[in-house]
Amino acid sequence: MIRIEKLHKSYPIGKDFLHVLKGLDLHIKEGEFVSIMGSSGSGKSTLLNIVGLLDGHDTGKYYLNGQLIENLDEKKAAILRNKFLGFVFQSFNLINYKSALENVALPLYYQGMARKDRNKVALQYLDKVGLKDRAEHLPSELSGGEKQRVAIARALVTNPKVILADEPTGALDSTTTHSVMELLKEINREGMTVFVITHEEDVAGETDRIVRLKDGVIISDERVQKKAKV
Amino acid sequence: MFDLDRWQEIFQTISKNKLRTLLSGFTIAFAILLFTLLFGVGNGLKHTFEKQFSSDAANSVYIRAGVTTKPYKGLQSGRTIQFRNDDGKFINEKFEDEIQFFSPNVERYNVQAIYEGEHNNYTVRGVYPDYQPLESAEIKDGRFLSYLDLKSKAKVVAIGRLVEKDLFGNKNALGKNISLDGISYKVVGVFSDPGGDQDERFIYTPFSTAQGMYRINDELDRFGLTYNPKLTVDQALEFSNLLTKVLQEKHNVDPRDQAAIRVQNYAEGTKSVKQFMTVLNVIILFIGIGTLVAGIIGISNIMVYIVKERTKELGIRKALGATPNSIIGMIMMESIFVTAVAGYAGLLIGVFTLKAIGKSLEKYFILNPSVETYVVVGATIILIIAGTIAGYIPAKRAASIKPIVALNDE
Repeated sequence: MIRIEKLHKSYPIGKDFLHVLKGLDLHIKEGEFVSIMGSSGSGKSTLLNIVGLLDGHDTGKYYLNGQLIENLDEKKAAILRNKFLGFVFQSFNLINYKSALENVALPLYYQGMARKDRNKVALQYLDKVGLKDRAEHLPSELSGGEKQRVAIARALVTNPKVILADEPTGALDSTTTHSVMELLKEINREGMTVFVITHEEDVAGETDRIVRLKDGVIISDERVQKKAKV
Repeated sequence: MFDLDRWQEIFQTISKNKLRTLLSGFTIAFAILLFTLLFGVGNGLKHTFEKQFSSDAANSVYIRAGVTTKPYKGLQSGRTIQFRNDDGKFINEKFEDEIQFFSPNVERYNVQAIYEGEHNNYTVRGVYPDYQPLESAEIKDGRFLSYLDLKSKAKVVAIGRLVEKDLFGNKNALGKNISLDGISYKVVGVFSDPGGDQDERFIYTPFSTAQGMYRINDELDRFGLTYNPKLTVDQALEFSNLLTKVLQEKHNVDPRDQAAIRVQNYAEGTKSVKQFMTVLNVIILFIGIGTLVAGIIGISNIMVYIVKERTKELGIRKALGATPNSIIGMIMMESIFVTAVAGYAGLLIGVFTLKAIGKSLEKYFILNPSVETYVVVGATIILIIAGTIAGYIPAKRAASIKPIVALNDE
């Protein structure tokens, strides 16, 4: 689903360049539940932004769903994002003047779906994350966990190939963290590829595969030994 | 293309973000309102001046004869110059191109007019039909004198509005006979004159009738004419100088003699009035453009602010699949919609305000303050275009920055 080969990325800082990603190789298959771990500055957010087509890379190859990503203009990137990717952010990034339902329906608006249809689909996904009764609430009327679940519903609504979650639990307490992770796990069980970035061991432990990044290189990539189910 | 879904999206952004809608709307409405009011008041001033100087045609010239003050070619001073019909013919032939309307004039003062016991004294003028535009007289009722009247020496008169009022009270004078110094004349028309009460107490009768009645042979008092309005003020002055010169030659008058042939050209006065009007126009234009520029700067600032404020939202939209064009389109349509509605509102308020306060401004020399529709509509369109451009530049910028940068904008 996602294949990265010798990926490099640097940012200009004044006259110098900050080399953030130093030749990453990564292959994530369809249906995997992967977490990227690393301390701040390790390059994990940069990696997610590149994978999410929110930012470009310098050298190396990136295949998304078998398609080589290169010379992407903003229009093509927007269409690919809409079609293949769903985003979950640490700060939720809901539009504050739109209701939960309208937020969830927005990606469908950009697909050109009619209002009635997209509200129907959006409501289904809100139901899926357990927030059907909150559909008409504004983000400011929702708790942190609820906001993140709305964001997950929004990420899912286009039925993408990959869910990209950037510190999805970073702004949540441990109880809501657990419920959000359970939700992501459930989505993964249904066959969705989920790609989580985190710096919390607990969160990473909930996933199936942990990739550890340090100073722009992968230092380990291992399967999580699942505890035997009680 | 009308896309209902897109408009719904825009209406939602507009109605859910009242402050910024209000800000940009207010700027536009206020700019147009100010523009309308200032322009209207300026036009009101202009109207006042136009009225002040429109009592006679602005391009009129009057020629009178007097007594010579200098001996010339063996003729003594103190000689009375008398205009005759052939002078009229001479002027008309000589200046065919320059003259627009022309009329010789016989004048009789203190003529007693009587109608059914009511009587009063008036000045009677014998003129050509062409005299009407010279005086800027407007026919209220009936008609002015005609060439047929002139030819047949008809005993008909066109009387001023106040003559009718004096003699007929509230009754209609048209078709009635009045007596002038004992001779009966039929009233064929009643006129009003912007020149005021004095000008509305004249009685006009055909030149031939008056000449036969009040003058010996073909003597007459003066000529009135208007020159071709295409002439510039300087050309008009040159024309009247030439006119003076040829008449002086014809009547053997010393060219330095100011009294014998007197040509009175309104162009001199018109020149300063015109200059004043030009200055006034420039001031009005300056105020108008200034207001518009202020409005344009205002709306530009607000658009930059709005786009800046929305950067994060735009980043979210892009992450969810909004293309750069859809972002630009959304911002522009919103901006155009708000400016158009607000501009129209400002325009309406301005026009109605002018209507409402117009009357009370007359004592401040502001007459009928109004703005031509095409001017305000034009101004509104200019502001809408400015708002569009002002929205386009930051929208384009916002649409082209990487979504990740936009998302991190706080």
